[in-house]
Amino acid sequence: MGKRIDVRDLNVYYGTFKAVEDVTMTIEPRSVTAFIGPSGCGKSTYLRTLNRMHEVVPGGRVEGYVGLDDQDLYASSVDPVAVRRTVGMVFQRPNPFPTMSIFDNVASGLRLNGVRNKKRLAEAVETSLRGANLWTEVKDRLDKPGAGLSGGQQQRLCIARAIAVEPQVLLMDEPCSALDPISTLAIEDLICQLKNRYTIVIVTHNMQQASRVSDRTAFFNLAATGKPGRLIEMDATQKIFSNPSERATEDYISGRFG
Amino acid sequence: MSTITGASVVDTVDQGGPPAGGGSTGRLGDRLMAGAAKGAGILVIGLVVLVGAFLLSRAAPALAANQANFVTTRVFSVDGGTLRFGIVDLLWVTVLSSVIAMALAVPVAIGVALFITQYAPRRLATPAAYLIDLLAAVPSIVYGLWGAKVLLQPYREHVQDPLAHALGWIPLFRSTSVSAGTILLVSIVLAIMILPIITALSREVFAQTPVAHKEGALALGATRWEMIRTAVLPFGRPGVISASMLGLGRALGETIAVTIILSTLPGGAPWSFSVFNGGETFASRIANNAAEFDTPAKTGAFIAAGLVLFLLTFAVNAVARIVIERRKAFTE
Amino acid sequence: MTALAPPERPTVVPAGLAKPSGRRSVTNLAATVLVTLAFVIAVVPLVWILWTVLSKGLTLLFDQQWWLNSQRGITSRREGGGAYHAILGTLLQAAVTALISVPIGVLTAIYLVEYGRGRLARAVSFMVDILTGIPSIVAALFIYALWVTTFGLDRVGVSVSFALVLLMVPVVVRSTEEMLKLVPNELREASYALGVPKWRTISSIVLPTAFSGIVTGVLLGLARVMGETAPLLILGPYSKSINTDLFHGFMAALPTMINQDRTEALQPAVERVWAAALTLVLLVMALNILGRVVAHFSSVRK
Repeated sequence: MGKRIDVRDLNVYYGTFKAVEDVTMTIEPRSVTAFIGPSGCGKSTYLRTLNRMHEVVPGGRVEGYVGLDDQDLYASSVDPVAVRRTVGMVFQRPNPFPTMSIFDNVASGLRLNGVRNKKRLAEAVETSLRGANLWTEVKDRLDKPGAGLSGGQQQRLCIARAIAVEPQVLLMDEPCSALDPISTLAIEDLICQLKNRYTIVIVTHNMQQASRVSDRTAFFNLAATGKPGRLIEMDATQKIFSNPSERATEDYISGRFG
Repeated sequence: MSTITGASVVDTVDQGGPPAGGGSTGRLGDRLMAGAAKGAGILVIGLVVLVGAFLLSRAAPALAANQANFVTTRVFSVDGGTLRFGIVDLLWVTVLSSVIAMALAVPVAIGVALFITQYAPRRLATPAAYLIDLLAAVPSIVYGLWGAKVLLQPYREHVQDPLAHALGWIPLFRSTSVSAGTILLVSIVLAIMILPIITALSREVFAQTPVAHKEGALALGATRWEMIRTAVLPFGRPGVISASMLGLGRALGETIAVTIILSTLPGGAPWSFSVFNGGETFASRIANNAAEFDTPAKTGAFIAAGLVLFLLTFAVNAVARIVIERRKAFTE
Repeated sequence: MTALAPPERPTVVPAGLAKPSGRRSVTNLAATVLVTLAFVIAVVPLVWILWTVLSKGLTLLFDQQWWLNSQRGITSRREGGGAYHAILGTLLQAAVTALISVPIGVLTAIYLVEYGRGRLARAVSFMVDILTGIPSIVAALFIYALWVTTFGLDRVGVSVSFALVLLMVPVVVRSTEEMLKLVPNELREASYALGVPKWRTISSIVLPTAFSGIVTGVLLGLARVMGETAPLLILGPYSKSINTDLFHGFMAALPTMINQDRTEALQPAVERVWAAALTLVLLVMALNILGRVVAHFSSVRK
């Protein structure tokens, strides 16, 4: 559980427009890696190439290598659908399926993959909800609509849904930016627990969050508006926030821009 | 919201749209404009009330003079001044043809709407949508002509005869002596006529599926069809139901196409459940007898039939509106 | 941040990155095929009908006589004559319909968007919905009951227009409403902030901004009513001669011209029926296309 991601010379395009340029990095298994950087620098765009969600946008494509434990994710024999099963994603705004109950939401990924056995589904749902620290709060109302929960609960529901299919990697695109501080803390605690089982990559605008939660941090930046985003520096979180090597990183950390 | 659902600003109270009182002063210009606008609105209400009232008042004497039970009689006769008219036959043919039309049109419409919104490449989607909308631009009399003169032969050869042969033991498909247009043919043409309405509204709701839900499904590793089944179709269900009801309403009220295509039956024709039978709908009966409106009594009988049709379409449209209203209350 | 030991749990989902199970791939493919097939099924009748009308009716349309003459003196076995009387009738009746429906429709839409809140506005909106759903034959019956039975007047061109008004008003109301809603509120507020009264704001700012959209709605509404036959059957008996008087005598129209001869078997009559059908289709399509072209140049888009 929890694989390593290797990226080499990755360029991300929308049609002919290059959004992110020349990224090379390694994301260590069973750790939390944070992507930080100013708005529009391509962090989310780059994140989405890791589970091939980028291609859902018309014109979205990549050039370069992305590997999951030495398996090329963009090889021609690989099905994007399968990639997304293995590399899960949690979005900025909680998006439980509105027409489904809490139980059905968590089970939706499993059902899609052909799991029909009621007992197995029930077990998996409970395990996932426990894993997302949501079980005690919803165990008595599993058949109620998923959309009836608070924002923080909904996001934990989405996390439960994502981990129910047992991905190797969990991508999180600013998962707390739509939540209040208490819920944010709950999610951050959850991330610390989850990293024992999954490789986690989190995009965040909040530098304090990155320093609280992540083991390693990658700083992205734009050369100028209209230019592609680049990876400027990636290192242990401690080092990035206390003694970064790049000038730009230090400027961003200390709030001189962004 | 849309010309087709008929939902409007007033229903989305305080959710956008300009402030009502805002900017209005006591000026003459303001009073005139406000008065004219309000007057137009009241005129519209008046018109509808007038329609209902007039139809009722003209139908009532005929209903009173009716020698037969309006609801249970099959015959609709106004000959020689004695009124014996009932709606059973008309109701059967009207409802049967419209329901079959709906059953044929709705699945195709959903497929087309999905094709245009979820499958077709962006550049193809707009011309594709326009093409389907063109179906609505063909006048109904042309549909009637085409149905009766061009579609009839292929229909009989490839649809009616094989069906009657294979399934003739079911009362619904028993063959009859009718040699020209039958109920099933009318249903097929009606289905084509209502297809663009159902498609247009379904397209609207499918296109409005929040991207967050579609991406949520995809991120779980769903194939495109699974994503549609999980996110798009459930979201669009009220809209599709509403659209189908509107299509049904249209089919119920269609006049000239039915008049041209459907063979009328002689007066005392025996009852048949078959879709291969002839007959008349409310609308086509009225149209076929437009020449007989010489006395108020006779006219009243046909107006009574028109009233039933009005009530039918009204009920169907009301259901359509209720379904859409309930979904609006439920969306975030 | 407590560490959580990984619990023992059987793998529920197969690992690996190959394509999903055959069944899911097949279902996905089948769905794509079916959906495309649906589209093809929908387009076939359109092409078929247009082809039919074109192939059967086009020749007569190249004859100058078709556009300039009426059917006076022409019987079903004779060739010749034209559709001028019918085209004129259709256009005249449509013009009168528009003249009445557009002011009523636009003003009603203005009421619903700019003024009305509360019960009256909801009632008006509801009534517009009812009008949207009225079958054309019921509208025709109503006008008949009013005009002929009650007032004892004759069936003339303008009575047909009245029935068509009932059908066109809701179309104009709804499309105008949509357009007015699309005009950004900021525009109105900027106007009020300049001290412009509300009525002036509506007439000089809101309406012009929404104008082309309103025009589109009117054109589409016209296209719809021109193709209506039921009101003509009840209120507009056919005449073979030219009549420009909306208040006296019978007036021909394209749908009734078609209806008149549709049961004829003689070739000249049959040809004229299809030619009239093609003329009507062309007229309606032209309005439709014009409406969309105008929408394209709108300053407010959906």
